[in-house]
Amino acid sequence: MSPTSPTRTAKSREYDAIVIGGGHNGLVNAAYLAKAGLSVLVVERRHLVGGAAITEELYPGFQFTTFSYALSLLRPDIIHELDLVRHGFMPILMPSSFAPMENGDYLLLGPDRDENLKEIMRHSAHDADAMDRYEHDVERVCQLVKPLFDRVPPNLFGKSPEDLADLAWLRSHLGDAPAKVLHDAVRMLTGSAADFLDDYFESDILKGYMASSGIIGTKVGPMSQGSGLVLLYHSLGEHDGQFGAWAFHKGGNGGFTQVLARAAQAFGVEILLESEVDHVVTRDGRAVGVVLGDGTELTSRTVVSAVDPRRTFLELVEPRELPTDLVENINRFRFQGTSAKVNFALDGAPRYPALGDRTDQYRGFTNIGPSMEYLERAFDDAKYGWYSQRPYLDCAVQSMVDPDMAPPGKHVMSCFVQYAPYHLRGSDWDTEREKFGDTVQATLESFFPGFGDLVLHREVVTPLDIERVVGLSEGNIFAGEFFAPQMYFFRPAPGWSQYRTPIDGYYQCGSGTHPGGCVMGAPGKLASGQILADLRQE
Amino acid sequence: MIRTTPFHPRLSELSTTGLWSHWAGYLSAQKYDMSAKHEYFGIRNSAGFFDSSPLYKYWVRGRDAERFLAGVLARDVRTCRPGRAQYTIWCDDAGFLLEDGVVFRHSDNEFMLTAAEPNLGYLRDLVGRLDVEVVDVSQEYGVLAVQGPRSREILARLSPDVAALPYFGHAQTKVGAASVTVSRTGFTGDLGYEILVPAADALPVLDAVIEAGTPYGMRPFGEQALLMARIEAGLLLVDVDFSSSRYAWTDHDRVTPVELGLRWMLRGIDDPERPFVGRKALRAEIAGGTSRWATVGIVVDWQDWDRVWTRAGLVPPKDETPLDYESMLYDADGGRVGYATSFMYSPVLQRHIGIARVRPDHGAVGSTVGLEVTVNHQYETVAAQVARLPLFNPERKTA
Repeated sequence: MSPTSPTRTAKSREYDAIVIGGGHNGLVNAAYLAKAGLSVLVVERRHLVGGAAITEELYPGFQFTTFSYALSLLRPDIIHELDLVRHGFMPILMPSSFAPMENGDYLLLGPDRDENLKEIMRHSAHDADAMDRYEHDVERVCQLVKPLFDRVPPNLFGKSPEDLADLAWLRSHLGDAPAKVLHDAVRMLTGSAADFLDDYFESDILKGYMASSGIIGTKVGPMSQGSGLVLLYHSLGEHDGQFGAWAFHKGGNGGFTQVLARAAQAFGVEILLESEVDHVVTRDGRAVGVVLGDGTELTSRTVVSAVDPRRTFLELVEPRELPTDLVENINRFRFQGTSAKVNFALDGAPRYPALGDRTDQYRGFTNIGPSMEYLERAFDDAKYGWYSQRPYLDCAVQSMVDPDMAPPGKHVMSCFVQYAPYHLRGSDWDTEREKFGDTVQATLESFFPGFGDLVLHREVVTPLDIERVVGLSEGNIFAGEFFAPQMYFFRPAPGWSQYRTPIDGYYQCGSGTHPGGCVMGAPGKLASGQILADLRQE
Repeated sequence: MIRTTPFHPRLSELSTTGLWSHWAGYLSAQKYDMSAKHEYFGIRNSAGFFDSSPLYKYWVRGRDAERFLAGVLARDVRTCRPGRAQYTIWCDDAGFLLEDGVVFRHSDNEFMLTAAEPNLGYLRDLVGRLDVEVVDVSQEYGVLAVQGPRSREILARLSPDVAALPYFGHAQTKVGAASVTVSRTGFTGDLGYEILVPAADALPVLDAVIEAGTPYGMRPFGEQALLMARIEAGLLLVDVDFSSSRYAWTDHDRVTPVELGLRWMLRGIDDPERPFVGRKALRAEIAGGTSRWATVGIVVDWQDWDRVWTRAGLVPPKDETPLDYESMLYDADGGRVGYATSFMYSPVLQRHIGIARVRPDHGAVGSTVGLEVTVNHQYETVAAQVARLPLFNPERKTA
């Protein structure tokens, strides 16, 4: 065992910094702190790091991305600053997107613009050039919003020269934007995906396909105000310089977090597995260490919570030590997880009748959401406390592009499912788990006849499972709902968006902080900057 | 009329783009589907196959074959045992590079030399009184490259002998009923093999490879993906990274092996027992330190790249398509110090990279040069670090 391999007993009782939670943000944060010279311990409750970004062999020979399944928003600077390529970083860009339709037709978009325009024209001649305009307009918005992703949000309520300078920067950044771009940004950040898309497109399949990005991970339908923000988020990834591009990491997203762990360890981070932090120890309003579940006490000048805001503020520390308004804000912080996964081990690739024996359509996402109405009706079930009877599915057959994921000729298929509200009315997830899996499988069967015969193994992951296994409250995949009052300088609470907490030396760096969820790493990195700046001041 | 290779009937069925270029008089796929980048990921991630048949292929046979090639090739072919192959070069009298190729030693007296350009006349003219025959068998064989981390596993299913082949080793074996030569060679810088197959057996061999590889996600790849992989691998390309001295008009267009970073090939150059074409000039160049260039890798400073484009109001491009022109390199004072002969964004390295020719005093690994780029129709300079080639060199390539 090399000196930096993960251990099950801490090597020391004292560290400069202890990071609670070995998800991707915890690892990123720890790596930056160690890179700056701190001795850092990451404490992870499970037997492996990665949080929700893990890959597990749940059926012999088949690698499942149990939860998170694709990469897009990872900040490019993190790749370079943490030297991830040297540790095996390998995103495989998806070349296509496949959207089956209920009438047996489909929309298949690939890497060639002209071919895509012809494919769109099959459905609507009007929508072909609309696609070009849409993409250009959204990219302009992405270009405007991107710098906000890579900076600590200004403190709206501060009056220090730094706070005022941050606000001045924001004003000037937004003020320099063309009026149309700024207006489009506001329309997306506050409006519905449906309204925004309706301005461009007429074809149901194209709108359904596009609108799907406006609901992922969030308890909104495409027609809900606020779905525009989710749509924008999912356009902001910039793999290899392409906005909105998505990739499968070699070995799944768990392959990615293993890369992060190796990078962190190379900087000297120590990773402690199968150890739960019971609580953060405070003295005179200052964090001084943590106590593990087995009673072990570890001391450190800095404690960083990479878990979600509810656990950060209400479970790891005494809410009584916090300002009442913060506690109130965290108490009403919306999690309301609404996503689930159903993962399959398959004996072969699914067959889509209209494409005969072709399988190249599965090299990217397969989007089961053939119209905005389909998505909105799926949401209707969730509004009233039940899972969608005809759910939206975002499927990924990663073994199509990565032979490490399944035995030769076999496949894994990750299906992200919406809607699956955490709170079911009149039942519970332990009762409904397999019935829910059947519903998803029946939906797949309706698009891919014979699908059921391919299934070797099925794993249903409900929001309750996400909460139990990963620790994300109510199974919210973003560690807190994506909507305007919970974003930017309000994430996770007004006045506490700069990664600090009211307890000196206690910080937050999870996806519940700006800029939020997705495998982005930005919260972990931005928090490390704040921590290091504070340490320099001390 | 353009020719087709022995694999073409099947490859034309696999091409969904209809994009072919002309390579040495043959149709050669640019890409089989719309994403050359994804074909490239096939190479780096699972496996891909490429039709290298247009290469020229010469049998060099006879009692004096070794002596002959030892005098033609700059790299000492005497160190190549039967069953092994060498990447090699040949030069003119002035020590300038004529061409590069791969020589496969089949027995004491039997070699096959592959090359990108015709060389039969040149080789025959140098035979003199030696007991050697040089035979052009270019059209008699197809060459199928199978490259990528899963290539060994795939080919071992067809021919177990493949599993034991060392880097640059080759063996006679069978694929189905066909007798083939499988070598652990290629132009991608990855684990990979090439299958030399008599033209008449080419299709059944290709079909067997496809059948064995498909479950692993193997796919065909075209020239565009190959040209991406080879830059990462630091593999030089004639007419891109160097020109053949034979066709150059001025010495500006000529380059010596030392200048091209191939000095390692000249091991044993002082051995008086092996006179070879260009030896005298090359020894003088080495002794006098008169090389005009060093060939290096360059890796662009990502922050500087992003800064230059962002400042111009643009999204920093990260395009894996290799540039088809040279980019100038400058020192800190704006003086010209060289030029990049190949340049691309490398998806596996997540950086803009290049193969460059710099003045030897700027060739130290880690030193900084300024790369000229055009942004908003203006020249800009971005910082790049000099690095050792190859820039991408996975363990599996030689393991």
